[in-house]
Amino acid sequence: MCLGVPGKIIDRYEANGLPMGKIDFGGTVREACLAYVPTAQIGDYTVIHVGFAISILSEEEAQATLETLRGMVDIAEELGPEERER
Amino acid sequence: MKYVTEYRDADLVQAVLREIRRTVTRPHTLMEICGGQTHAIVRHGLDQLLPEQIELVHGPGCPVCVTPLELIDKALTIAEQPGVIFTSYGDMLRVPGSGRDLFMVRANGGDVRVVYSPLDAVKIAQENPDKQVVFFAIGFETTAPANAMSVLQAQALGLDNFSVLVSHVCVPPAMHAILGSPDNRVQGFLAAGHVCAVMGYWQYPPIATQYQVPIAITGFEPLDVIQGILAVVRSLEQGKIEVNNAYARAVTYEGNKAAQQVIDRVFEVRDRQWRGIGPISQSGWGLRPTFVQFDAEHRFDLGAIDTQESPICIAGQILQGLKKPHHCPAFGRQCTPETPLGATMVSSEGACAAYYRYGRHLILESAHV
Ligand code: SF4
Repeated sequence: MCLGVPGKIIDRYEANGLPMGKIDFGGTVREACLAYVPTAQIGDYTVIHVGFAISILSEEEAQATLETLRGMVDIAEELGPEERER
Repeated sequence: MKYVTEYRDADLVQAVLREIRRTVTRPHTLMEICGGQTHAIVRHGLDQLLPEQIELVHGPGCPVCVTPLELIDKALTIAEQPGVIFTSYGDMLRVPGSGRDLFMVRANGGDVRVVYSPLDAVKIAQENPDKQVVFFAIGFETTAPANAMSVLQAQALGLDNFSVLVSHVCVPPAMHAILGSPDNRVQGFLAAGHVCAVMGYWQYPPIATQYQVPIAITGFEPLDVIQGILAVVRSLEQGKIEVNNAYARAVTYEGNKAAQQVIDRVFEVRDRQWRGIGPISQSGWGLRPTFVQFDAEHRFDLGAIDTQESPICIAGQILQGLKKPHHCPAFGRQCTPETPLGATMVSSEGACAAYYRYGRHLILESAHV
């Protein structure tokens, strides 16, 4: 139950007094409660746990991480095959 | 899928693995706390791609595994009562109690239902005013915001037929218990990314300092896990005891304040029993007295519960990183997902289940021949 999967918010509405949304997980759509992500907007990606959004994913941080890691690939290429095998 | 595919990029994983190989000069034992990470590691064979000096041991972060037997037995007793609809996350149904599980209760006519979200249980209570609806509110910090909200929602809707059987545990006290044990082998931690998405990671620097262990907040995709390992290995090699956030796209230092506030409103800190591990003081949450009318342990007269644990199961030692599933004599023999002796064999986050599911018992058998 802790395998929070990221999904995209495609709709927002209220039900029983709670902010709810439709979340698209690569084609599968499920309902989730958005009470804990009050600033979330349609189009945002969020981590869902047992029917609740607990975090909005940061595109900026995601890109920064990937940049750093891609940098490691570039360095390895510059070092050449010998260093790479070490 | 965005935020998934990029983190399974084989070239990037290889690049980080090379960096780990370049960095490591001596043996290190790291623990991934979260059972979700254990599954990612075994599924992708990440442990086998790491240099030999790095050993991964599996932690207690499997909510189903650590829910105490006494609570499971209480759940079974409640679910057997007439007029009760017992609701639970699907993982709990096969968890062995003393001699039976929730599936058996259902087969014998009990109304046991699997829900995806605790709000579904509240809805069932709304739709069945003549029944008592009980939700098995288990888990770590990740399920607490949802479980707490179900209580507030039942209160707001004026439901008097909804209650929760609470068994909440928290990660930091378990880390203290593991690190403080004389048998401890763990030198660095991969902290559970989604626990930190809720709680932030302000709780971790004092632990890192007290026990001199580096910690990396780690996600769940292969690249996330391997990146967390690199962060901890770098810290260990450089002798820099620090807490790194290797899952920054989902986790901030403060965490989710709105969720923390609701947890705090509904729950208070309690001593908790951990299945296989024993009591850990101040290690979990229970309902605050103001919500006692929603407490299933208060609503139902449960009498004395006599628990019986399998004498063979070594899950407790596995959950503390002292042993691995294949060290258990029953693993893959008497104990399989169809005939589980312990919860770690049936939970989707259990280490024994991961080793079994990805065929580690077959590899081990052929190695023995
Ligand atoms: S293999 Fe089964 S009996 Fe052995 S530790 Fe795991 S759950 Fe317990």
